[in-house]
Amino acid sequence: MSTYTEKIREIAQRLLKECRVEMVIGFRKGSVPMMNEPCFVRKPEEVDALVWDSNCGINLANYLTNRKEKIGIVAKGCDSRNIVNHILENKIKREQLVIIGVPCQGMIDKRKIVAMAQGEVLEVTESDGQVHVKTAAGDQTFDKKDVLQQNCSVCVHRNPVISDEMVADPVEEQKDVDPYADVAALEAMTTDERWAFFDDLLAPCIRCYACRNACPLCYCPTCFVDEAKPQWVGKSQDPIDVRTFHLLRAYHCAGRCTDCGACERACPMGINMRLLTKKLNKDCLDLYGWEAGLSLDSRPALDVYKPNDTNDSIL
Amino acid sequence: MKRLLEYTGIESDRLQFSWISSAESTKFVKVVNEVTAKVKALGPNKRFVKKEAKVA
Ligand code: SF4
Ligand code: SF4
Repeated sequence: MSTYTEKIREIAQRLLKECRVEMVIGFRKGSVPMMNEPCFVRKPEEVDALVWDSNCGINLANYLTNRKEKIGIVAKGCDSRNIVNHILENKIKREQLVIIGVPCQGMIDKRKIVAMAQGEVLEVTESDGQVHVKTAAGDQTFDKKDVLQQNCSVCVHRNPVISDEMVADPVEEQKDVDPYADVAALEAMTTDERWAFFDDLLAPCIRCYACRNACPLCYCPTCFVDEAKPQWVGKSQDPIDVRTFHLLRAYHCAGRCTDCGACERACPMGINMRLLTKKLNKDCLDLYGWEAGLSLDSRPALDVYKPNDTNDSIL
Repeated sequence: MKRLLEYTGIESDRLQFSWISSAESTKFVKVVNEVTAKVKALGPNKRFVKKEAKVA
């Protein structure tokens, strides 16, 4: 992983020195463990702030919306797919970007580490597929595969789909995983069970909208939840209002979501709202053979009309 | 939307979509009759109804 960091710094420095970009967007260490934060580097001498490890789960495509300058951006598999979305949706131009592709091996779920660690986590490092956690009580080591974010553990697009520079050779894609097992399990339940399941799932939601803000797809100048005239959805904590917000947020991501996990990661209540967006991803795949952000040459699923579309193909 | 609503626990015939051209009047009547029959069979909606506002 540290070789990734060196390579990212080297590329960023070169791009800035040659004035090919005005800014490089990457990650720097956060002030607390496992919380790397976005970093905007504008001068070649500042590239040493950039790092890469398994705590880079924020989706950097979120920072490209409507930018006008030339930008170098560090992108793992899912970020690169959201960059493709952004280009297709005219939120940024391909010519403005130098994409620094990072073959990804999954991000660590900080909640899993905190749950498994004895005492406060002071430092987290990693080597050869192992995660070492230093706490006030002592040291612990976990297999990285046991502490991955759920979306990373079933990810089948780890390598960037689009890039100008690569920091390493592509990693092997996971083959024997079923990304939609959790959605299928829910589909198998009865209507009543599903209603109750989502009641429980969304009950802790405090409507902070961190999930919306973390998502690169949510770039509307005024979000429907913030509008007052007309008011599309109740602003209270009433379970029906909460549910309406979540249904519509998910639906706005239909055919666009890359299951990057940034929303779930950002939620202070640890709600897995990805179960909603993933259902739509699964439907898009089943109905239209569509996965978001894989190519610049095809229009998104909800953007095309085919004369042979049937009632059943209405998402 | 229909699939997403059903997935979260709404009855399957509660929301229905159809492609009908403005020239297909007979199809329109047929679909309207079908929709009404299906919704009548389901009875009044109990989900997505806001009870009294919960005040913290
Ligand atoms: S909805 Fe969540 S998983 Fe999907 S693209 Fe947005 S942040 Fe990523
Ligand atoms: S981040 Fe979590 S608590 Fe905040 S609005 Fe989203 S689901 Fe609700």
